[in-house]
Amino acid sequence: MSPADGLGLLAVFGDPVPPELARTLDLAGYRWKSIASAEEAADHEPGSGWTGAIVDCSADPDAGWALARAVRKRDTVSLPLLVLVSGGQLADLSLRDELFDDFCLAPFHPAEFEARVRHLLWQIDGGTRPEMVEYAELALNLETYQASIAGRPLDLTYMEYELLKFLAQNPGKVFTREILLSRVWGYEYYGGARTVDVHVRRLRAKLSEEHAGLIQTVRSVGYRFGQSRWTS
Amino acid sequence: MLDQHREYVLRTVEERGVRLVRLWFTDVLGNLKSFAISPAELENALEDGMTFDGSSIDGFSRVQESDVLAVPDPDTFELIPWGEPGAAEARVFCDVHHLDGTPFEGDPRQVLRRHMREAHDQGFTFYVAPDIEFFYFEQPVPGGAPQPLDAGGYFDLTTNDAAGNLRKQTIRKLEQMGIPVEYSFHEDAPSQQEIDLRHTDALTMADSVMTFRLVVREVAASQGVYATFMPKPLEGVQGSGMHMHLSLFRGDENAFHDPDDPYNLSDLAKSFMAGLLRHAAEITAITNQTVNSYKRLVPGFEAPVHVSWARNNRSGLIRVPVPKKDNPLATRIEYRSPDPACNPYLAFSLMLAAGLRGVSEGYELPVEADANLFEIGDDVLAKLGIGQLPQSLADALKVMESSDLVHEALGEHIFEWFLRNKRDEWRAYKTHVSRFEIDRYLRSL
Repeated sequence: MSPADGLGLLAVFGDPVPPELARTLDLAGYRWKSIASAEEAADHEPGSGWTGAIVDCSADPDAGWALARAVRKRDTVSLPLLVLVSGGQLADLSLRDELFDDFCLAPFHPAEFEARVRHLLWQIDGGTRPEMVEYAELALNLETYQASIAGRPLDLTYMEYELLKFLAQNPGKVFTREILLSRVWGYEYYGGARTVDVHVRRLRAKLSEEHAGLIQTVRSVGYRFGQSRWTS
Repeated sequence: MLDQHREYVLRTVEERGVRLVRLWFTDVLGNLKSFAISPAELENALEDGMTFDGSSIDGFSRVQESDVLAVPDPDTFELIPWGEPGAAEARVFCDVHHLDGTPFEGDPRQVLRRHMREAHDQGFTFYVAPDIEFFYFEQPVPGGAPQPLDAGGYFDLTTNDAAGNLRKQTIRKLEQMGIPVEYSFHEDAPSQQEIDLRHTDALTMADSVMTFRLVVREVAASQGVYATFMPKPLEGVQGSGMHMHLSLFRGDENAFHDPDDPYNLSDLAKSFMAGLLRHAAEITAITNQTVNSYKRLVPGFEAPVHVSWARNNRSGLIRVPVPKKDNPLATRIEYRSPDPACNPYLAFSLMLAAGLRGVSEGYELPVEADANLFEIGDDVLAKLGIGQLPQSLADALKVMESSDLVHEALGEHIFEWFLRNKRDEWRAYKTHVSRFEIDRYLRSL
């Protein structure tokens, strides 16, 4: 079983999914799929089943509720379902309590939306966080190859991403340039250990001054990510 | 490894909603060229390259063999930190190939790649850190003289330092694109700036210099002024140079460093310097490729004129900086004649070729010239065996044409085209009647 099989997939109803919604889910690191109809949800259902569903009822309430109802009908085990509704639809909610588990007002605040999705999924088996590496304000999503610092996306080249990933997976440990070169670049790479210095500098530049200290130079040894385990 | 790179690039395009991917490459004169493709075509481009008509690019193919391939180098894929919000754009540098997949001889990036590979075969990686100078000016009035933004001088921190603000924004954008900056400051002349980049291998640095020139111009344009890398835009003040800090590494060891030498220079460094000095005149047409370049290389403005070296003498062609804290990794030499209007791929290629020729032939380093050469007469210098750099583009082209080293290093295609193109430039200049002549001769003769 590959690690990805253990992670749930969210069904997000909307075709296309509103960009703001897609972005929030991505930055929070969820795996999700855009689904146009209840039939399509059944067709694309992963082997382990959907982990949750998000239905946008704010744009087209009738179609949205119809979708939520269709999803519920097909369910054998109740699928945790969150609906997005506009302020004017709040009164409609009381007639449809059986169709959703939680709701969020649209336009939503990303932090609130993220908290609600997390809580929704926590109710079932402890959540579906995808494979993430996180340290302080740095987050790396190992599936989408995306990285962010303090919520701001980082644009990295492939080798910068791989180096940061390796360091962030081993916080507090000191690595020599040779080790980094062999573990991140592989033995066949011929650039020499100065390559590591060049990439560390580029990473620090992209992390910006205030986070550049995440990667520390250990004089005449190499580099360490984050705090030393002895000095916290 | 390459497949993972491609996968990463494609995934990033998808995740970040990139709408346009710009394929960048460089013509023989060092101008950045670009065409854009949609993300849908990127996978195909990474796999097979994109065909384009090379005959419309200066110094590329002739009409009868015009189609060439631009093959993106996935490791240079970066999002562009300017442009419309919500419509992300990315750039990727390309290597240009013939349709059969062999490297295209007219592509400067391929020339530098070849030299880096040759150096690697001898166990070396070539590192470069340039100090790039340039000017900001107010938007030009047609026919008017360039107007500086300020009257600041070296290291000045002026109160209404509009240029300082521009510099700050430029540095932020450079860092977002993975180009770390070491120093930046107001240079000696009014409105003149210097930004020093941290060293990388020469190929990465050549890409960075191309990006740098664009970022500087973009930021200036966004604030309604313009930036120029013209070597000598104002008469009577310093021009803009691009001093190059050079070193060779053998694996993790700085091959230029020797702790037992009084200057910490290894024998290898010395013969590399000797190579640069002996072939300096031959490579000058490439490191200083415009008519205007030679108005910078004159006495009295901290630009080198003589072919000499010294530890801490800024009038020589090569300076040996004293590294901070005795750091063996920082031992390097500074080659001071190039200007920021050069083609960095070709300039780096020739500096490397000249230096390595010195190493392979075991050239002897001439004695240090530690006096201020601007104050010594040319006849005395000639007795000491200290020659001068070419005095004009025409001189430089003449020396270049007779150089086997340059011919071999650039390859026939670029060598021949460059000489032809630059001779045309010289001819056009020669027939121009200048302000100087009108002012001086019109009434008196």
